[in-house]
Amino acid sequence: MATETQTPLFTSKELVTDQEVRWCPGCGDYSILKQVQTVLPDFGRPKEEFVFVSGIGCSSRFPYYMETYGMHTIHGRATAVASGLKISRPDLSVWIVTGDGDALSIGSGHFIHLLRRNLDVNVLLFNNQIYGLTKGQYSPTSEAGKVTKSSPMGSVDHPFNPAALCMGADSTFVARSMDRDPKHLQSVLKRAYGHKGTSMVEIYQNCNVFNDGAFEIFTEKGSKKLETLFMEQGKPLIFGENGDKGIRLDGFKPIVVDIAGGASANDLWIHDETDRVKATILTRFFDNPVMENHLPRPFGIFYTEERGTYEDGVNEQIERAQQKGLGDLDKLLKGRETWMVG
Amino acid sequence: MAGAQQLSSVVIRFAGDSGDGMQLTGSQFTNSAALIGNDLSTFPDFPAEIRAPLGTLPGVSGFQLHFSSEAIYTPGDICDVLVVMNVAALKVNIKQLKDGGTIILNTDGFDPKNLRLAGLTEETNPLNDGSLDKFQVKQIDVTKMVRELLKESGLGVKEIDRCKNMFVLGLLFWMYNRDMTPTIGYLEGKFGKKPDILKANISALKTGFAFGETTESFAVTYEVNKAILPKGEYRSITGNEATAYGLIAAAQKANLSLFLGAYPITPASDVLHELSKHKNFGVRTFQAEDEIAGIASAIGAAYGGSLAVTLSSGPGIALKGEAIGLAAMMELPLVICNVQRGGPSTGLPTKTEQADLMQAYYGRNGECPVAIVSANGPSDAFFAVYEACRIALQHMIPVFCLTDGYIANGAEPWKFPKSADLPKINLSFTTEKNSDDKNKFLPYLRDEKLSRPWAIPGTPGLEHRIGGLEKQAVSGNISYDTDNHEFMVKLRQEKVDRIADYIPLQTLDSGEEQGDLLILGWGSTYGAIKTAVKQAHNEGKKVSHAHLRHLSPFPKNLGEILKNFKQVLVPEMNNGQLVKIIRDKYFVNAIPLNKIQGLPFKVDEIKQAIEKFV
Repeated sequence: MATETQTPLFTSKELVTDQEVRWCPGCGDYSILKQVQTVLPDFGRPKEEFVFVSGIGCSSRFPYYMETYGMHTIHGRATAVASGLKISRPDLSVWIVTGDGDALSIGSGHFIHLLRRNLDVNVLLFNNQIYGLTKGQYSPTSEAGKVTKSSPMGSVDHPFNPAALCMGADSTFVARSMDRDPKHLQSVLKRAYGHKGTSMVEIYQNCNVFNDGAFEIFTEKGSKKLETLFMEQGKPLIFGENGDKGIRLDGFKPIVVDIAGGASANDLWIHDETDRVKATILTRFFDNPVMENHLPRPFGIFYTEERGTYEDGVNEQIERAQQKGLGDLDKLLKGRETWMVG
Repeated sequence: MAGAQQLSSVVIRFAGDSGDGMQLTGSQFTNSAALIGNDLSTFPDFPAEIRAPLGTLPGVSGFQLHFSSEAIYTPGDICDVLVVMNVAALKVNIKQLKDGGTIILNTDGFDPKNLRLAGLTEETNPLNDGSLDKFQVKQIDVTKMVRELLKESGLGVKEIDRCKNMFVLGLLFWMYNRDMTPTIGYLEGKFGKKPDILKANISALKTGFAFGETTESFAVTYEVNKAILPKGEYRSITGNEATAYGLIAAAQKANLSLFLGAYPITPASDVLHELSKHKNFGVRTFQAEDEIAGIASAIGAAYGGSLAVTLSSGPGIALKGEAIGLAAMMELPLVICNVQRGGPSTGLPTKTEQADLMQAYYGRNGECPVAIVSANGPSDAFFAVYEACRIALQHMIPVFCLTDGYIANGAEPWKFPKSADLPKINLSFTTEKNSDDKNKFLPYLRDEKLSRPWAIPGTPGLEHRIGGLEKQAVSGNISYDTDNHEFMVKLRQEKVDRIADYIPLQTLDSGEEQGDLLILGWGSTYGAIKTAVKQAHNEGKKVSHAHLRHLSPFPKNLGEILKNFKQVLVPEMNNGQLVKIIRDKYFVNAIPLNKIQGLPFKVDEIKQAIEKFV
């Protein structure tokens, strides 16, 4: 894994473009941009090898603000554009910047195929549970009953659980972070870069204009410790004001136990990000925090797996074919059977 | 037995159930005609269903082959010989047989069950009702003979029945004095790992040949000598093969990797199949999850520096519309192959049509001109797609290459080029900053072609962003400036128009440079128009023929050519598309001649139209 800090070939400042950033003041996107610009120099890779590919939506303006190569494509198709780029240019570090509408609504068809194919790209899914650029309609991650411009009586849509969807699509790296926790986001971005395969990072991002406070229960001081569960490899699942609560598995059923109240720390669930079944259960920690006895919302790496990448498969076949001899155009044009005239 | 009778030209149509192997029989006979040196042209005509119910009319699959000792350009209007495996095949195809023509039929396919499936009774059985009196009918119980022949083979009845087509092929090989060896070689390749099936097929083939020799009803054999074609080495090629080879050749000549992003669709899939076989040329084929991903991946590959191609047919092209607009805005090289079929919607998937010209011209949101070329026949698809690649790469623009189902599946002899004789495709990636002070990279700074530089990721110092939002001229930054938008819309049009400075002038295929009637064609109508015009010339009629390779932009002298004729007739397999563009652009009296039956024009249909004017 290339997560360790290497000699920077450029600075974070050099990643800032001459374009005026046009997100609304106070938007969570600013923080995400900053964290990406902060970690990129640590990867020890020249700036020209990074390509940011986006679709359409507020988040998709991202490439214009990164002084790297970039493409701002069409709605929902960034994953497909990035696939063609990565297959033909495996030498590049390809990043997809997308949102809940872009990736999970209009682009959901491409999104799941990217995950199953496992191209070695990084997906930053800015989830703000709302359509911002079109000014405030419910999105595929908006909670049921949400009142928006297009759902004045409340949305009757059942929302996607993005992390669970990714597990269902055989993603090889599933993580969640948030705009309001720069250090955590940076550490997850580094892990995403180090993973060979499609790294899917869902980022809870506040839209302060159309859906302000959607995640504040997870991001703000008063409730964060009680409502969030920061997963760390090999460590017990602990949360709470003073780390006094834990998660224990009762069969396949996760239950909250009170460590302070005498529950044994030895019985706690030890996080293993390579365990598919347990990761699947963790992604299902998706209760509405207003429910009684709800589980905390996990952040960090749910799951990671080493699996061959699509582009390696493609290029291995090309190498194998070429070992038998490079293509000869004259032979190709001649074909198997010919005849002479005259 | 009489000696072989010399013929200059023969049209055979093979027809049977989809599962009877008629396409294989036809293509093997084609191969033999090719190897003997006949000129030839084929027309596979098959149903959309893979296996429609046995014995029914919708399940009939046909293959028409025209082979000749003279130069020919079409698969023939009507056939001389009709081979039918059942009564449904006869019913569907009998209209295509000329009076006095020969029918070779499998009597087992005329039993009560097959009659019922074809909607006939014993009373209306064509074998008894006199309707075939004007033809020479050869009745053979192929099913019975093949079953008898192979009863000891150890194969089941189903497998034995699948050898019927080889019996028929053997018989025709005898009738036309053909060598069986290449077909035996083909069978060995195909069934090498299944010796029982191989043996049965060869046995059926040889028995069919021997049957012809020993049966009195086939007293005459025929010979069609090799055609006098331009000297050289030839091969047989289909349009889809030629398209695939043209793409590979262009990538080789441009020294780029070839990337195809595509989703399977009839009748284009064979290009994907063919390209996926040639990984030794570094070809990357990406079978995407849908049509949009097909083109989107190609756009990604184009940005990365590949010769990027997407491939589809009409319905798929409709889905790609928004992404074509993106490629036009990003000004990336992209080749879009459209193997047209009958539309709209799912339409006639296995039938041919030229009804996507307007889609290629206008089928996107906003003002979105692109370049368009078309192929006029199977082997010409090689040169058409090669030209599409050249334009895309040298002008940084999306280019349509239009073929159609008739071109895609049809085969003809091809005097294939040597790679050294193909024009080189010069291009280079930009590696230096290009502003006046060499301090900045300006991705939309243009050259004399109005083409912008192609700087690919990995190039130090040239980091830049492109996208679908309107661009500021030169810098390529996002711009919502109203005047800039108008300027850019006109500039993108001018960029397409300026391609006309870099393509050949239009020439006449035949006829005088001025006169009463010009036939202006595009695409696969070429063969029928050429033949009809040739016949008209033989009758002393004055008519000229021009056939367009470049549809957008048109060659610079097209307007002048058109104005030298009193009338311009535009035959198209659509409801009149090129004709509208021609009228709009040149204000000439262009008259449509349309056929929208999912079938190519017959020579006679063009000829009759000529006679109305001349």
